[in-house]
Order: sequence, then structure tokens, then C-alpha cells
Amino acid sequence: MTIVFDHVSKTYDDGTIGVGDVSLTVRDGEVMVLVGPSGSGKTTLMRMVNRMVEPTSGRVLIDGRDVRGRDPIALRRSIGYVIQGGGLLPHRTVVDNIATIPMLNGVGRKRARDHAMGLLGKVGLDASLAGRYPAQLSGGQRQRVGVARALAADARILLMDEPFSAVDPVVRRELQNEVRRVQHDFGVTVVFVTHDINEAFFLADRIALLGDGGVLEQVDVPSRILGTPANERVRAFVEAGRPRMDKGVRCGLAV
Amino acid sequence: MAWLYDNAPVIGGYAAAHAWYSLVPLVVGVVFSVPVGWLVSRAAHGRGMVLAIVGALYAIPSLPLLMVLPSILGTRILDPINLEVALGMYAVALMVQYCVDAFDSVDSTVLQSADAMGFGGFRRFWDVELPQAAPVILAGMRVVSVSTISLITVGSLIGVESLGMLFVEGYQRSFPFEILVGIVGTMGIAAAFDAALVVIGGMLMPWNRAVGHGIGERGRR
Repeated sequence: MTIVFDHVSKTYDDGTIGVGDVSLTVRDGEVMVLVGPSGSGKTTLMRMVNRMVEPTSGRVLIDGRDVRGRDPIALRRSIGYVIQGGGLLPHRTVVDNIATIPMLNGVGRKRARDHAMGLLGKVGLDASLAGRYPAQLSGGQRQRVGVARALAADARILLMDEPFSAVDPVVRRELQNEVRRVQHDFGVTVVFVTHDINEAFFLADRIALLGDGGVLEQVDVPSRILGTPANERVRAFVEAGRPRMDKGVRCGLAV
Repeated sequence: MAWLYDNAPVIGGYAAAHAWYSLVPLVVGVVFSVPVGWLVSRAAHGRGMVLAIVGALYAIPSLPLLMVLPSILGTRILDPINLEVALGMYAVALMVQYCVDAFDSVDSTVLQSADAMGFGGFRRFWDVELPQAAPVILAGMRVVSVSTISLITVGSLIGVESLGMLFVEGYQRSFPFEILVGIVGTMGIAAAFDAALVVIGGMLMPWNRAVGHGIGERGRR
């Protein structure tokens, strides 16, 4: 599904600008990563898609349809949403967490659970985990359940808000691979928010780089963000996130 | 001991009445306090005022209250309903504060996640907020249960049957053993109620048990 942000902005009551004047098109079936420093409005921008945030001005269109004309509850059930820690309901088992949205939509418990069991495997989890509670899982497992739950209602759009920032680097890389695989298998459109430029480079078909005050600095494929940054701010943000080793440290290691 | 055997039917009757009179205020307190606590926890204003009012309720001494209630309610002075209303008020006074704390304690990321999944209105309350608030609500119920069971005995001064009758008679007859039986019996009822609440809580909140936490404690984040 195509998501169009048409001159959207968000200004809060106290005058703070969350999102400047952003126009951006997320193409059907692509992974669009919104990246930028804290306070650049990337999460705010993403939440306009499922109406968790209402823009002060401008429109958000999904396949040409203004989301404002849609019931927020129905809209949210049709869009997968994954946050850090998976956002699971602590009082429901893994299988019931995954079955949550289909059951909200009126699918019977048995059918919703059968479907949920099928999804466990698709996100790389063993069926034996189905009866556990979220607190009994590792961080990476919880995150996978979060992805399965987001997919359970046949969502065509996945919104992911810094989902992997709390897991260790090895698990994070596995989860990033999982996102690419899931995106390929299910053909979903993914909007992924992160402050980590390397995660953005790894995952993105295209990157939208946001700066202070919610200004869109550059939208491009990763190679061009890296190769031909649009301005100094983009160059600085990309540079700051690149791994580098200090000469002193290198000497220290050699000794 | 012979006295205990001889009077077992009477003591049993007192104990049954005691348990029944304790159950009603507890149930009323919870049914009233959960929605009030939910509303207060969500409300931007008025929290201080509501909590001050219910807090003041608990400060009213029980005996004068029992004397005044019949004229307010239009009931007979010896009617058990006076005691039930008084204890219901105390239960509410304690439970509202617990319920406000319970709903305040619900993890905001869980609520945000519920919103993002499309939980609306009553479903959000029933399926997400209430289960998450339940351990603290249960902790409040355990306190109210013990407090109510002990306060019921005051009712024996206005003729409401309970194990408190044994205190009154024991004093009148200078028979300490009878008083002791009353005290132990009251403690026994309190322990039984508490155990029942823990068991019911465990059945309703299997996730709490599964992660190895005692009922009433906060879950791990």
C-alpha cells in the first residue's frame, strides 16, 4: 500500500514544532526508514499513519484515501504496529497476544489461535513458546512475537518504532534480517523509525532523514544518502554514526 | 473446653453471620471503587478533592457513625443495615485510593500499544487496564477484608450478631475464655478470607503466578 504524507505538520499547544512541513511518499512494498536525532519528529510523523497523532495541517493518504475519513479503531486494527519490547500484553500468553487483533475483529478464538500458531513459525519462534507469558521470554523473542502480532490481522502496512534498540547487537542483526524476510514474504509496506543510521542503511529501500524541528532533509536510497548527502546536516549525521577507531585506541590494542 | 462444645452451635451461628456481614461491604467497596478509581486516575482535575473526601470518610469514628446512621437512613437503630453501610463506607474509603494507585500503575507503553492495536472504549478497560491493575486492586481487597472483619465486632454493641458478641458476653460474665474464643475466631475468619482472595487472585491472574510473583506485588517490566 502506498502512504503519502502531503504537507503534514504538527505544532503542539505550547508552540513546539514536532513535524515541520513534510511531504513524503512511501511506495507500495518498500521499507522506508525514518531516521534522525531525537526530537526530529520521526515517531510523530509515523504515528500520523494510524491516527495516533493528528497532523495540525496537511493530509495522510493510504492508497489515495485520506486517513482522517476513517474510523481510528478500524484503521489501527488494519495496520501492524511494533514498538520496543514488542508492546505485548503482559497478562496474555504468546499465542493469545498474537491472536489479539483478529479476535478484536470478531474472529473466533479457535481460528485466531490456529492462525497465530502458524505465524509463530514464520517469525522464527518455536511452537513450544505459545503458552508462555511475555515475562518468560527473552528480549529478542518478545520482539518476534510483536512482529507476529502485527502481521496477524493481515496488515498490509507495518509501523515499527525503534523496535530493536533494547536488544544486543547480535540479536538485533537477526531481527533486522527477520524484518527483511517478513517484508519479502508478506509483501508488506514497512515504515521503520530509528535513530541508528547503520540500522537504516541495513534495512532501508529508501531513507528519509529528518533534522531538528521535524524538517525533512533528504529522501533517497542508502547509497546516495552516503555518497551524495544533500547538505552538511545530512553529512554530519551520517558521519557521526559511522564506526571509527581512534588512533590512541588502536595503539592501545596493539600493545 | 466443655463450654466450647456446649456452645458450638451458637458460636458457629455467630461466625457465619460474621462472615456474611463482612462479605457484603467488601463486595460493595470493590464494585463502587473500581469505576471511581478508574475515573479519578484518568481525570485531569478533581483527584485531590475526591481523595480528600474518601480519606475523610475513614477518619469518622465508628461508634458515633453507627448512632447517627439510623436517623440519616431512616432505619431502626438495631438494624444490621446500619453496620453494613458504615463498613461499606470504610471499605470505599480504603479501596478508592488503592484503585486509583492500581490504574495509575498500569504501564503506559502497554496502554499505548493497546491503542495502536485498536482497543477502544470498554474493551481497553476490560481487556487491558483492569487485568493490569488487578494485582494492586487485590492487595487493597486483602487490607479491606481484614479491616472489615475486625470492625464487624463493633456491631455487637448495637446488637448485630458476630463473634463480637463473645467479647460483650465475656466481659459481662468476667469469662476471659469466651473473649479469647471470639478473638481467635475473628482471626480465623480473617485468615480464611485472605486465603480465599489469594486463591481466587491466582486463578484470575495466572500470568502473575507464572512469572513467580506473589499476588499483590507488581509485575516485572
